Amino acid sequence: MPDSSAFAPQYASIPHRDHTAELGMWVFIATEVLLFGGLILAYFVYRHAFPQGFAAGSRHTEIVIGTANTAVLLTSSFLVAWAVEVFSPATTRIVTWLLVGAACLGLVFIALKGIEYSKEYDEHLVPGIDFQFAGPKANGVQLFFIFYFIATAIHALHMLIGICLLLTLATICRKAPTTRHHTALHSAALYWHFVDVVWIFLFALIYLPGRSTS
Amino acid sequence: MSETNYLTADFTLRSWFLTTDHKRIAILYFASLIVFFFIGGAAATAIRIELATPQADLVSSDIYNRLFTMHGIIMVWFFLIPSIPNTLGNFIVPLMIGARDLAFPRLNLMSWYIFMLGGCTTLFAIFAGGVDTGWTFYTPFSTLYSNSYVIVAAAGVFIAGFSSILTGLNFIVTIHRLRAPGLTWYRLPLFLWSLYATSVILVLATPVLAITLLLMATERFFGVGIFDPRIGGDPLLFQHLFWFYSHPAVYIMILPGMGVINELISCFSRKQVFGYKFVAWCSLAIAAVGFLVWGHHMFVSGQSLIASLVFSFMSFIVAVPSAIKVFNWTATLHKGSIHFDAPMLYALAFIGLFTIGGLTGLFLACLAFDVHATDTYFVVAHFHYIMVGGMVTAYFGGLHYWWPKITGRLYSEYWARTAAVLIFFGFNLTFFPQFILGAEGMPRRYHVYPPEFQLWNVLSSGGAVILAAAYLMPVFYLGYSAFFGRRAPANPWDAPGLEWQTSSPPPEFNFTVQPVVTRDPYQYNEAFEAEPQNA
Repeated sequence: MPDSSAFAPQYASIPHRDHTAELGMWVFIATEVLLFGGLILAYFVYRHAFPQGFAAGSRHTEIVIGTANTAVLLTSSFLVAWAVEVFSPATTRIVTWLLVGAACLGLVFIALKGIEYSKEYDEHLVPGIDFQFAGPKANGVQLFFIFYFIATAIHALHMLIGICLLLTLATICRKAPTTRHHTALHSAALYWHFVDVVWIFLFALIYLPGRSTS
Repeated sequence: MSETNYLTADFTLRSWFLTTDHKRIAILYFASLIVFFFIGGAAATAIRIELATPQADLVSSDIYNRLFTMHGIIMVWFFLIPSIPNTLGNFIVPLMIGARDLAFPRLNLMSWYIFMLGGCTTLFAIFAGGVDTGWTFYTPFSTLYSNSYVIVAAAGVFIAGFSSILTGLNFIVTIHRLRAPGLTWYRLPLFLWSLYATSVILVLATPVLAITLLLMATERFFGVGIFDPRIGGDPLLFQHLFWFYSHPAVYIMILPGMGVINELISCFSRKQVFGYKFVAWCSLAIAAVGFLVWGHHMFVSGQSLIASLVFSFMSFIVAVPSAIKVFNWTATLHKGSIHFDAPMLYALAFIGLFTIGGLTGLFLACLAFDVHATDTYFVVAHFHYIMVGGMVTAYFGGLHYWWPKITGRLYSEYWARTAAVLIFFGFNLTFFPQFILGAEGMPRRYHVYPPEFQLWNVLSSGGAVILAAAYLMPVFYLGYSAFFGRRAPANPWDAPGLEWQTSSPPPEFNFTVQPVVTRDPYQYNEAFEAEPQNA
């Protein structure tokens, strides 16, 4: 693979630059782990306080859409991993299509999420906007849905950023790719996989509690 | 001075505001922080004037709440946290490790713009009407009752947090990847070890603040009960999340200062820092243990006694590495050839003030004592000894030490020493009486108090006047020096660090030839020869 001819003056060589960029993404992911970590901690505190309410709330989520979305996202991550693996000047075409495909699956995920949101709105399960839930578990259910919306909204925001990254890379990689693009793709892929991993956690926390006991 | 340096490379506004040169970005931060420091200082001045008499004669209680909130928010997030890392750190880190820039120069510029966006948002909140929650944004006051610009102020802090994260990320990657050949970890100047530890905290703690403020703002905006006990929420959870960030943030506000002190003590006693490896690892130990002590802010908030005991114990543990540092600095002084230049005066002041601040911190870590001292002026005095007596003093010390490198000019030693001594006396006169007030039971955050407290309050306010005047002095003599001072040589202190091997001010890419490191840091005792660059 051809190296890009120039690199910034603070680097000693092109591999030096590329490894440095990748480390930057790892550190960024560390910061993201703590962002979601704070949220998930709060979730557990309240789930511990309201186990019945959280189970009831979870039973009101759309597990079919949630599961489908998990499959969509994992497939999209697979396409990105594939693109990283085959990336070379000879494969620009396939890499571009793989990235576009991954981005499209990302959009499918967002669209399904939108359908899910609208269903919850119809069922009056949106705290702060329209929330009606009678019975002794109301507080727990409301807290569950607050976390559901905040966590999935932040996750969806990360998805949107990731989709923009993938589409940008798909555009760039069509022309004479270099090691620099490979690094950029590799870093973007790390980010995309991270967003994927976050979803795995959210899936387990949102859709699964209370399913076995109902 | 025929060669161009980073200051003379280009004079256009564009060359400043779109620069990716870490040295110019440091100057951008420096200029912004001066503004924030004096805004926060003005609020402090108004507070001290109000407290000169027992009655309310300058401001109403409502305005007073907004004043101390503004003072806290500005000073914590827009001065102390970025102070040493983003100005001195930005300037010195690449020079110290023999690099031509930080790893991600554009990210560095972006972090300044994010910082300014956050700063302007917060200033807007303050000037549009202010915030009265205190800098901690405690719920349920901030979410349910406060009738002020809480969301805007929180948004400003939220935005500025990303600037912190990006700076920390940049430092971590830079220190890992861009060290000069031969510059092993144990050859790094200790300033870099403390900045590295600080960066770890910035990267790992700040996102938790972001999510906490987001939850708080969501609750306030949508009226949902995340922390509202009436619908199942728990206000204590907010405090847990907030202090999970904000206690490590206290170490963001002192570790860089400790780093600067290593450089100063070593340089002005012409000795290697005593117990280098201990000091280096103590920085990381403070960063790590600092994540496990947040509950000591909540001893009277209703957390369980077991939790309080554990947090009390951990708070004693975290004092150990801090104490090791203090002992090692004094051991460095022992039999050193001590020079009382202005930076050294600040360093010595730091050791004394930090020790007082640290020891009173141990008082507060004791459960039995803390129950009495919580929310009194004892706490106020304690953390001002750390943050102002420690961090701000170290900031001024570092600023004087590296000033010739940054500007290429020398300052007036006479005025610098005078200001250092005045700051020391003004500071102690302002804050020592507050220990006594706190011990006598005067609560914080009130603008009126019983007349028997007046004597100590008058002393404190008088000290604040001296302190304010002393803080203004550098504006004049350093300002004069920046334009008319004598030209500084490359190495005015005869120091062995890499940053002194290049010209003052440094050229655009720091070094004309890549430096190679062949020895440990702080080799003052060996006859030091300025090696030519192409050695």
